[in-house]
Amino acid sequence: MTHPLRDKVAVVGIGETRYSKNSGVSDLTLQLQGFKLACDDAGLDPKKIDGIVAMTLGACSEDYMTNFGIPDVRFAARPEMGGASPVASLQLAAAVLDAGICNYVLTIVGRNQRSGQRLGGGMGVAPPQFKVVAEHEMPMGVFIPAQWYAPMARRHMHEYGTTFEQFAAVSVTQRYHASLNDNAMMRDLITVEDHHHSRWVVDPFRLLDCCLETDGVAAVILARADRAKDMRHPPVYVSGVAEGHPESPMSITQRKEMTVFGVTKAAPRAFAMAGVGPKDIDVAGLYDCFTFTVINQLEDIGFCGKGEGGPMVESGATRLGGSLPVNTHGGLLSQGHVQGMNHICEATRQLRGTAGASQVKDAEVALLSGYGDYGDGSVAILRR
Amino acid sequence: MTTVTTGQAQQYAKPLPRATPDSEPYWQHLKEHRLHIQRCTGCGKFRMYPRPMCDQCYSFEHEWVPASGKGTIYSWGVVHQPVHPAWREEFPFAIVEVELEEGVRLRATMVDVPSEQLSIGMPVEIVYDDVTDEVTLPRFRRAL
Ligand SMILES: [Zn+2]
Ligand SMILES: [Zn+2]
Repeated sequence: MTHPLRDKVAVVGIGETRYSKNSGVSDLTLQLQGFKLACDDAGLDPKKIDGIVAMTLGACSEDYMTNFGIPDVRFAARPEMGGASPVASLQLAAAVLDAGICNYVLTIVGRNQRSGQRLGGGMGVAPPQFKVVAEHEMPMGVFIPAQWYAPMARRHMHEYGTTFEQFAAVSVTQRYHASLNDNAMMRDLITVEDHHHSRWVVDPFRLLDCCLETDGVAAVILARADRAKDMRHPPVYVSGVAEGHPESPMSITQRKEMTVFGVTKAAPRAFAMAGVGPKDIDVAGLYDCFTFTVINQLEDIGFCGKGEGGPMVESGATRLGGSLPVNTHGGLLSQGHVQGMNHICEATRQLRGTAGASQVKDAEVALLSGYGDYGDGSVAILRR
Repeated sequence: MTTVTTGQAQQYAKPLPRATPDSEPYWQHLKEHRLHIQRCTGCGKFRMYPRPMCDQCYSFEHEWVPASGKGTIYSWGVVHQPVHPAWREEFPFAIVEVELEEGVRLRATMVDVPSEQLSIGMPVEIVYDDVTDEVTLPRFRRAL
């Protein structure tokens, strides 16, 4: 039986501010600019937005209602899955749109993450899903994602023989993709040696294994398929979408298999909903907070077997022209960090055929993944 | 059992664990230089970190049982960049994940092994670090 939500909603608008080290404007100004850009792309008056998913530190749906004078928001939510939230928000949007609760859902993320409050500066009050780590791990000096995930990456190297050269392959590939993108923060080509000579952040992660910190906002608008047909751009359908939560979601330490993420549960659900498999995917946007995360997700989503992610990236398969181009915009590693909402924007451009120099010829089906907190995962499959 | 003291009570500037009613006995035992972990009295399952109920049989009944304090390194990472100012003098330092003999794991630091000598599977044992008069943190050293 066809999944009742398959292709029922579509991405009808995308918006991205410039990605930079210093936007020169306030967090809220940047967020309002991102919101407006997505509405402009959709050809939609912002007052028509009646569903808002706001997952940005600082901004809430009320900020958008206030500043755009939106008269009647019928649905507002804030997912708590860290970097898995933007892709997971597509599931939320699909469900509420299909249920007729509202007509246009705008999902938005981003802020002055580089020139404003940075991750290392302390996180203020820890969100509830971080409380176990705050009690037991922060006193040991564990504060930031690089520290949470480094032992996972080392475990992957130990169990599967994954190498620094393979980490570098992800970094080098994505920098090449970013070199083709005029809204990418890092566009100078790099080599495997550049990767190896970059300083340690948390061994086994070097600087060039880590995502950027970015001032920037990205937003996506979704509508039901019947409405989407009459909008400015051809619709990009949400064919499959799912979220998955890992075993022991509040502490990586207690997980039987440390390198198995929530996407392992989400991917089969998203594929089944869309009625496609890994071989049908033309282009992918995988959450790349670290190079290792890309390798691990290639495996967990089923593009290759467990332990084969390293050889896959080293073979060139994930480079433009390869069998599965990954992060053709440069990703969080080289374009900018807006929690993967930029991946959704890029997949939409790929399926509209407007990805410019990074266009994957005749791309019809794209896969997106999100990864956040202690292994939360989300997967979406879009098609034109 | 061995004790080390890395903190000097007056000027200890690192974050301290804030015990909850459910974890209080864990920290209290550490203060007495004993590692005790929760075991469900319904089905016998060990659990970590401390919490009210058993995910296997849903029992709220549990006991605090002495753990051997011995285990092996499951994985680790070496922190090279300051995040919190109180660690500024200590970089680089290794964060280890220790798998205890009882099957649960702990994230902690080592007191005696330089990070270049760490390896997965290395046998380690607990050391008690009285960082303040009130708080003792678990740390590990190479087991003989
Ligand atoms: Zn979470
Ligand atoms: Zn039980």
